Amino acid sequence: MHGTKILEEADRLMTVCNSCRYCEGLCAVFPAMEMRRSFSDGDLNYFANLCHACGACYTDCQFSPPHEFNVNVPKTLAVARAESWAAYAWPRAFAGLFARNGLAISLIAALSVAAFIFGFAALNDRQVLFGIHTGPGAFYKLMPHNAMAALFGAALLYALVALVMGVRAFWRDIGEPIGMLVDPPSLWQAMKDATQLRYLDGGGVGCVNEDERPSDLRKIHHHLTFYGFALCFAATCVATLYHYLIAREAPYPWWDLPVVLGTLGGIGLLIGPAGLLAEKWKRDPALVDQKRMGMDVAFIAMLFLTSLTGMALLLLRDTAAMGPLLALHLGVVFSLFITMPYGKFVHGIYRFVALVRYARERRMMAGV
Amino acid sequence: MVDLSRKFDCLVIGGGNAALCAAISARRSGASVLVLEGAPKFYRGGNTRHTRNMRCAHDAATDILTGPYTEQEFWEDLQLVTEGQTDEELARHMIRESKDILGWVVEQGVRWQPSLGGTLSLGRTNSFFLGGGRAMLNALYLTAERLGVDILYDAEVLDLDIDNGMFLSADLKQGDGRVTVRAATLVAAAGGFEANIEWLKQYWGEAADNFLIRGTPYNRGSILKMLLNKGVQQVGDPTQCHAVAIDARAPKFDGGIITRHDSVVFGIVVNKHGLRFYDEGEDIWPKRYAIWGRLVAAQPDQIAYIVFDASVRNSFMPTLFPPIEANSIAELAGKFELDAAVLEKTVAEFNAAVRPGTFDHTILDDCRTEGLTPPKTHWARKIETPPYYAYPVRPGITFTYLGTRVNKQARMLMKDGKPAANMFAAGEIMAGNVLGKGYAAGIGMTIGSVFGRIAGREAAQNARN
Ligand SMILES: Cc1cc2nc3c(=O)[nH]c(=O)nc-3n(C[C@H](O)[C@H](O)[C@H](O)COP(=O)(O)OP(=O)(O)OC[C@H]3O[C@@H](n4cnc5c(N)ncnc54)[C@H](O)[C@@H]3O)c2cc1C
Ligand code: SF4
Ligand code: SF4
Repeated sequence: MHGTKILEEADRLMTVCNSCRYCEGLCAVFPAMEMRRSFSDGDLNYFANLCHACGACYTDCQFSPPHEFNVNVPKTLAVARAESWAAYAWPRAFAGLFARNGLAISLIAALSVAAFIFGFAALNDRQVLFGIHTGPGAFYKLMPHNAMAALFGAALLYALVALVMGVRAFWRDIGEPIGMLVDPPSLWQAMKDATQLRYLDGGGVGCVNEDERPSDLRKIHHHLTFYGFALCFAATCVATLYHYLIAREAPYPWWDLPVVLGTLGGIGLLIGPAGLLAEKWKRDPALVDQKRMGMDVAFIAMLFLTSLTGMALLLLRDTAAMGPLLALHLGVVFSLFITMPYGKFVHGIYRFVALVRYARERRMMAGV
Repeated sequence: MVDLSRKFDCLVIGGGNAALCAAISARRSGASVLVLEGAPKFYRGGNTRHTRNMRCAHDAATDILTGPYTEQEFWEDLQLVTEGQTDEELARHMIRESKDILGWVVEQGVRWQPSLGGTLSLGRTNSFFLGGGRAMLNALYLTAERLGVDILYDAEVLDLDIDNGMFLSADLKQGDGRVTVRAATLVAAAGGFEANIEWLKQYWGEAADNFLIRGTPYNRGSILKMLLNKGVQQVGDPTQCHAVAIDARAPKFDGGIITRHDSVVFGIVVNKHGLRFYDEGEDIWPKRYAIWGRLVAAQPDQIAYIVFDASVRNSFMPTLFPPIEANSIAELAGKFELDAAVLEKTVAEFNAAVRPGTFDHTILDDCRTEGLTPPKTHWARKIETPPYYAYPVRPGITFTYLGTRVNKQARMLMKDGKPAANMFAAGEIMAGNVLGKGYAAGIGMTIGSVFGRIAGREAAQNARN
């Protein structure tokens, strides 16, 4: 007996798949399943987070609906995955945020943006908010750098603590305590698998989306999104170092490292999320966890908006629009940070942990 | 929309491996091709949907195959399973061509799975489709579409117009109506008749009612029957087929691979009277697992039970349906309405006859019974560790061997021995040419791919002349 109905269904499917095994070459889920004969809640949550939703095992399965065995691994694991994140949420009281994530994020984002605009206006007089500010330190006329750093530092710290607590719960659930952390080869393997999206390729031909024709579009757009995000994050880090180490103040000229990184990342974060959204739109409904569609869309939209407001700020920073745009951008980024632990963002982290565990299991099987 | 008023160079009936290989090959040889698949799109590809691997000869190990498998060895294996009931010239031709097929199907978009050392001991002789048979079919369909082959689903062929060995046209179902299509050549690749219980009854009697059909419900043998009725020469014994023992709880049709049981060699098999009826340790699975379908079909009510105990519970592939469990043999008997006293006696006699040995299920080991009829010649170990388990099994028909006779060009031969003017056959519908009886894993795909490719090529050439 399992904790939830979806885990019951996942168990049923894994029992079917374990007596079939045709998909064992498609991704990591099936080999991981083959290492077991019965499946605990934790095992099923581990498989669910190992699945990259490439859809191949649905299109390749002779038992997918309308067949009476009704085998739909991608969708079942997608629902189980989302339910597992809610179960791991910290603090527990926020687990419900996953269920109505789209609405929650919109509200939080709107409130954050409003708070920044209002805050800027309250901190300064109206002239400052709509004034033209140029040269180093221009941004800080609206909000002192220390205040900005403290606010975002706190938001990020909160997100980190919540994420770590969630991962800890996942770790315990899948029965793999600190062991994996001290296993560098497994970590390295998982790093390679995650950064290449090795299992989002349907075993080599690409991902299945709107029909049985596989393509690499989801993978490419995911890469643009992920690496775009990473570049933007790097830009922020470099800027912070500039500020504290060499007292170089934002805004920076276009050729300076933070701007170059941020621009490249920003472009990735515009094209990637737009592409992912388009693919999501077209996706065969049979593969989609409709209930959680809002969560996916909200996260993608937040990434897109982060980039859009950031790019607009870059382009218009020498005009009167700078103040409102900065408020908008900071509002979006702030809400992105604090909602991270309660939405689609966590998929990457849990998937990475699952990949580490898989790498470790493989190594243990091979006797190394 | 496909224009059905035009005359095609080549009409392919069927939608499985044989049909698609023929269609692609004919198209690549320059012919215009129409494929008529009787099933709806989801069920396209007949029994091919359920397959996993293909047996091909090859001279050296590759990244998917662990060692060489020579033409001679393939031929010897085929002779062994068919006990010589095969057309040697045709079979050797197929084996030679199979070498080339390994690479040819890859060119058609099919992908092989790197050898995982996995679940079956076939890593040397058989190549496994990455993602299984349906993945392979999806790839073939994409390639066929890309090449411009016309494909219709829900397009069951209802009648063939054949005049003295010459195919003229076919009538197909289109919605509620019927349409006639003309083509210069015909490739029949519509499978066997295993899903036609009435037809099976002609040879098996009422027993056929208890058969379960492992694959597609759409292989009703209608095309085969039309061809045989219109002068094509018949090949094969109608009672010969590939049949394994599958779980009695499986659906009537289309249960596929996951209803099979590999546990026979780990226990004993009794019939509904609680009695053993065959040597469960005769030979290594999978070589011998294909005989159990026929064995169970010969038992009263076509039912049998694989009985084993806790000591081997996890020794074989996990199963879809869990085994029935009980704490004593008598209780187990009760769960299947078997005579408890008889089953207890059967198990006790078996246990008493078991001689000590060293168990190894990968070889013909020395664990055997003495003074028992029928004996268990290998892997015999006492059934004495509760809980006890049993799987109920019935005959699971995979595919039939009765078919149309063909020559090396995959051209059908007529009753008078003359080659048909423009008719070719590939796959299950002509498997009986090669498989008089018995089966070697993966040969169904070999027959379909090799003769499908030949049939398509020959049909295209025929259409041009
Ligand atoms: C569970 C299972 C597992 C198997 N595993 C393997 C394996 O691993 N390796 C292997 O080599 N073999 C395997 N086989 C055997 C293999 O499936 C067959 O040998 C093979 O599929 C035959 O191919 P085919 O193209 O001739 O027929 P099929 O693939 O059965 O195709 C026949 C087609 O004809 C269509 N059709 C029938 N009548 C009409 C009509 N009147 N009009 C239009 N269309 C019609 C059907 O819808 C179907 O699409 C397995 C079979 C089963 C059931
Ligand atoms: S998804 Fe379907 S084909 Fe793949 S392993 Fe499971 S049951 Fe088999
Ligand atoms: S959807 Fe893709 S990644 Fe997920 S289980 Fe299926 S094949 Fe694996």
